[in-house]
Amino acid sequence: MIRFQYFEDVVSLEFDEEKCIGCGLCTIVCPHGVFSLTGKHKARMVARNHCMECGACMRNCPAKAITVEAGEGCVRAVINELLGIEGPCC
Amino acid sequence: MSTQAPDTIMTFLPMAKEVPEGAGEFQIPSSDQPFVQGAVSTPVGSVPQVATELTAEDKHGHYLVRWNIGRDHFTVEPGLYAVGSPDADSTVFVGANYKMSFDLLRQTLTGRNGWLLILDTKGINVWCAAGKGTFGTEEMLDRIKASRLDKIVTHHSLIVPQLGAPGLAAHEVRKYSGFKVIYGPILLKDLPEFLDNGLQATPAMRSKTFPLQERIVLIPVEIMQGLKQGIPLILFFLLIAGVAGRGSFFRDALVHGLPPGIAVLVGIFSGTVLTPLFLPWLPGRAFSCKGAVAGLALFIPLFAVGTVFFRGYNLLEQISWLLLTLAVSSWLGMAFTGASTFTSLNGVKKEMLRAMPLQFFSLVAGIISWGIALRMH
Repeated sequence: MIRFQYFEDVVSLEFDEEKCIGCGLCTIVCPHGVFSLTGKHKARMVARNHCMECGACMRNCPAKAITVEAGEGCVRAVINELLGIEGPCC
Repeated sequence: MSTQAPDTIMTFLPMAKEVPEGAGEFQIPSSDQPFVQGAVSTPVGSVPQVATELTAEDKHGHYLVRWNIGRDHFTVEPGLYAVGSPDADSTVFVGANYKMSFDLLRQTLTGRNGWLLILDTKGINVWCAAGKGTFGTEEMLDRIKASRLDKIVTHHSLIVPQLGAPGLAAHEVRKYSGFKVIYGPILLKDLPEFLDNGLQATPAMRSKTFPLQERIVLIPVEIMQGLKQGIPLILFFLLIAGVAGRGSFFRDALVHGLPPGIAVLVGIFSGTVLTPLFLPWLPGRAFSCKGAVAGLALFIPLFAVGTVFFRGYNLLEQISWLLLTLAVSSWLGMAFTGASTFTSLNGVKKEMLRAMPLQFFSLVAGIISWGIALRMH
């Protein structure tokens, strides 16, 4: 199976290991396997460049250990946002 | 946030909107919808039971929305539905009120008993709605309450599509409704296996791929949107060529207006058909680059084949066609980020900042060189 990847070092995803409680929900919700659980019952970013900034991990992290500027990677959505209109995207 | 009482918390949730009027009232969707085949009685009233077999009419609707026809109003009423003969122990599946998503969910549950809790996503699919927040914590809490779900089932869990996670906070849903969110697989086709395996998803079920089949079904909508933008440009070339020429309107429109019009069509086809089809093999990570390469790859053989027809045209006019094709194919290739499953907001912003000046230059240079060539004749 082809594993697509967009640009490197461009996403805003940040993870604070100190705050992580090791619940593992980020590893479940992420559609691109960005997080993995370590033996120390902590999550770890293993594929940061595959992040698509959907925000699923951040929103579902009960410890608020993850931050990301979540949004849709969609040209029309960006243009709508710039023009301040509520247009259709998907 | 944790110090707030459950009743006042709604205003503090991210993406909070005003609570709709009557949100706390008991609501059951109308039975007067074509897919409702019966009713299941519950302690709070009867709930519409849906058919699991799709009709020809359902499938025709799916076909039309794939062509971008009626896609804005392809909805079902939100609320609670029954599949089979569910009881107080039956599983609750959460979904969106985009009729395509709803139809595929009920079809997937053929032969099973369960409840469907359909959120009002304004007719948008789960993933996109989650990105916008309409498939979200607040709507889910409202819908659980309005459906009196706690009176209908005795367990406290909900199966939610994994791609709904960007809009939901599972821990908040649990905190304010008592229901535990269990994230199901990404694809409905994996749902039966997930259910039969004791609600366990394999890593593959949790990973969003973008195979050829998924890219192909997106092509018609891309074509329609490409044509919507391209047709005015094509008409512009035909009109200007016809008016500016010294001969008859139709002859000039045909001779000098048609070739740039075809160049735009080549760009549309490259950006909306070739780019999705050959996405993994087109070079570059930027979709604008993939689109431009697809445009060039189609332009060259077409130009070579048509070269006998192009003898009367000067080099400048021929260059203008290439610039037009590249501008359009690159722009529409880039627009395909919106339908793709792996591009990020900041990545797209970066790409747009770099590609849009080039696309704009290519378009303007194409129009200007075409205009100059037109004057030279």
